[in-house]
Amino acid sequence: MIEKVRSHITQNEPLLFELSSPGKRGWQLPELDVPEVDAAAALGASAVRSGIADFPEVSEVEALRHFTRLSTWNYAIDLGLYPLGSCTMKYNPRVNEQAARVEGLAWAHPYQPEALSQGAMEILAALETVLEEITGMDAVTLQPAAGAHGELTGILLIRALLASRGDPRKKVLIPDSAHGTNPATAAMAGYTIQNIRSNERGMVDLESLVGSVNEDVAALMVTNPNTIGVFEQDIVKVAGILHAKGAQLYMDGANMNALVGIARPGDFGVDVMHLNLHKTFSTPHGGGGPGSGPVAVQRHLEPFLPVPRLQQRFGRWFFQYGRPQSIGRVKAFYGNFGVAVRALAYVLAHGGDGLRRATMDAVLNATYIRKRLEPHFELPNQAPTMHECVFSDARQAARGVKTGDIAKRLIDYGFHPYTVSFPMIVHGAMMIEPTETESKRELDLFVDAMISIAKEVEENPELVLKAPHSTRTTRVDEVAAARKPVLRWRRN
Amino acid sequence: MRYLPNSPEERRQMLETCGVESLEDLFAGLPPEVRLTRPLALGSGKSEYEILDYFRARGDENANGYASFLGAGVYRHYRPVLVDAVISRGEFLTSYTPYQAEISQGILTTIFEFQTMICQLTGMEVANASVYCGSTAVPESAMMAARITGRSRVLAARTLHPEYRDVLSTCVKNQGMPVEEITYDRDSGRLDLADLQSKLDDDVAVVIVQSPNFFGIVEDVNAAAELAHSRGALLVHVFTEAVSLGILEPASGADIVAGELQSFAMPPSFGGPYAGVIATREKYVRQMPGRLVGQTTDTRGNRAFCLTITTREQHIRREKATSNICTNQALVALMATVFMTVYGKEGLRELAKQNLAKAHYLATLVKPRFSGPFFNEFVAAPASRPPEDVNARLLDAKIIGGLALGRFYPELADSMLLCSTEMNTRDQMDAVAEAFTR
Repeated sequence: MIEKVRSHITQNEPLLFELSSPGKRGWQLPELDVPEVDAAAALGASAVRSGIADFPEVSEVEALRHFTRLSTWNYAIDLGLYPLGSCTMKYNPRVNEQAARVEGLAWAHPYQPEALSQGAMEILAALETVLEEITGMDAVTLQPAAGAHGELTGILLIRALLASRGDPRKKVLIPDSAHGTNPATAAMAGYTIQNIRSNERGMVDLESLVGSVNEDVAALMVTNPNTIGVFEQDIVKVAGILHAKGAQLYMDGANMNALVGIARPGDFGVDVMHLNLHKTFSTPHGGGGPGSGPVAVQRHLEPFLPVPRLQQRFGRWFFQYGRPQSIGRVKAFYGNFGVAVRALAYVLAHGGDGLRRATMDAVLNATYIRKRLEPHFELPNQAPTMHECVFSDARQAARGVKTGDIAKRLIDYGFHPYTVSFPMIVHGAMMIEPTETESKRELDLFVDAMISIAKEVEENPELVLKAPHSTRTTRVDEVAAARKPVLRWRRN
Repeated sequence: MRYLPNSPEERRQMLETCGVESLEDLFAGLPPEVRLTRPLALGSGKSEYEILDYFRARGDENANGYASFLGAGVYRHYRPVLVDAVISRGEFLTSYTPYQAEISQGILTTIFEFQTMICQLTGMEVANASVYCGSTAVPESAMMAARITGRSRVLAARTLHPEYRDVLSTCVKNQGMPVEEITYDRDSGRLDLADLQSKLDDDVAVVIVQSPNFFGIVEDVNAAAELAHSRGALLVHVFTEAVSLGILEPASGADIVAGELQSFAMPPSFGGPYAGVIATREKYVRQMPGRLVGQTTDTRGNRAFCLTITTREQHIRREKATSNICTNQALVALMATVFMTVYGKEGLRELAKQNLAKAHYLATLVKPRFSGPFFNEFVAAPASRPPEDVNARLLDAKIIGGLALGRFYPELADSMLLCSTEMNTRDQMDAVAEAFTR
């Protein structure tokens, strides 16, 4: 029984290039108030292009319809639950969008005089302070453009700190439950990677950790709550083990939505961490970006933060550049300011108490899904659920149906699937993160859909294996796409 | 709290299902020593009205209603209204990376169109789905070139955006990739090809050249490419002013193009978010960082798109990935896609020509310091006073002048970088000229 959706007609739409025809236009420039310039004379004849072959020519109304029609082929949070685990797909408040479009902010040039940038700098400073309070850390940089970029910044900070003590060391330890960005990041920062196995509770195995930490180890990168949605019970001990050997504790803050107002990484031994403003702080994911990955550090790492640093003197903000120990810049200008505006708007809307209540509802929603689905799906880990829960497809796999198939069938029920096959420590993982902005009604529809699919697996597995059935596009051939890549349109 | 949808009664029912008495009980499993025992000191929740009021007040503390001649990597161009109309569609704004192709064909199709248009503009064969920004595209391109050539030295033009050079050096330092600078010709403002030649050897992986360069001057990228290729190095062509692609012939000698697309409908927004892009030759695609969208078919044989060649990426390759990048700048890239669509083949050329005309008009009043050909910005030195003084004068007329260059180029401390786009009027330019010469 599919309660949430019924099918409706969608419009077909060619690619822009197929829609294009010479002489159509959607633009008009103001009349030029200065003399025209002969491009060939100004730039040299060979520097001037003759035209952009096959570039589209489309009218305004056709352009708008084109993108509007394409938009209807997308699922989105605005249409319902988007339970991608570790992605924190929460409601994106529209007031944030309005705030980011305030003229004096949207049109602020990064090189306009500081005296005429005080409002923008005040916003950046306010957000830094907010994030320090939430994380319990001493300093924050907003320069990194995304979570993975924040990770790189954080590991470079650790490298700089250790180098200043005489030896940057060689290895970064990474639990087997970690996001793939963690090892990729450590490699970019010039470290080799050593995997740490998780114990039967899905947490960092202390014995394995003790055996691995030595004077070659620069840091451990840990996600807390970890990728199975469980709080690392021994996190304080973990920090102690690392610190005793002069190593640092890096925390991947992807799952901070479980902790805001409840526990602060700065209070449990974390030295450096990143946040994802597009997850915890509600800025829109936009189909895959833009994000923002602020990095928060304890005092001993502060001298190494990227330049420039925001400072205040006599009540005026200024950017400080001369910082000899800084790792340098990780991005031009001062970070994704427009994303920072949205995140600050979100924090203002909630206030301190609201943020804590949001965290509680996020955990309530995840726990509720877990409790309702437990009778129907295998739950490999029994530890208390935080903001997400991870099931395995073990029972359904016995009937030949895998996590990826169940995911596709969910689409027919009107939902975006959960995260498929991650974390890798759970075979056939189904990683579900509802966030706090889902109502009980939406959660019930989702749970009912999952239970209904579990039943279909028993009665008619073919139905699930061939899903989705209701979408305008059926399962796509990803193998063919990778084998013979067609990465652009070309005129036949 | 207005973003939390459940009623007290629904919460009660849910707690009952969860088998706990209160919300607080959900956290009973946390070690007591990690718990925060006080409320966050972040004040109380605010209404929409108060929030907008706060940000409007901050906006009013910034330059508001000023004309501006700042460029230097961030350009003021008109944003067609269609851009916000499209990106405000919740289906684009509030979706995520298109892992589930069947319900993500909208964003996948626009990315495929984006990749195609970037190829058409740059003359490259493949383009990725975008990266964070132009500045981070540069080290990614350098590391890509190092993987392709198996070499490590990087030669970067001194006329590459100074902040890009900083980012490059921060990011490749730990890859064992030394970065050296290639000087510029003090008369033309162009890359010093003799200096490039003298620094090239068989260890050089990549030569990085920006065009139009930081001084706004159009480089002979192909000449630099020929030199680079003669020693087996690759050439990365960096651009920061995407509108220039409307009029400039793409450099056929480039192996990788790394660009910033801010000019294509992204508000300056005090430095971000923008979108960068990396484009290259087909033969290098498997060394390229970032997301890629490819064309395929669904089970009914209909055309469909999906993320592809993901075996380069971190979620599969982990520490052996081409980069730690795990997403693109989809919504920002969509701004660029809509912008390119609105202007199209003729419009982008006309827009570029207007920019050319505006800057060259200003250059008839204020003499450029360098003799090289320029697009929409150029370096100029006021006759008898420091550039900061000229700018201070202009502020009185609500005009933000050019970027004083001393902070980036001590040798040009007497000069500023002036940019004129279609948004600058003749009157404003006359005012700049007056402040320069008066």
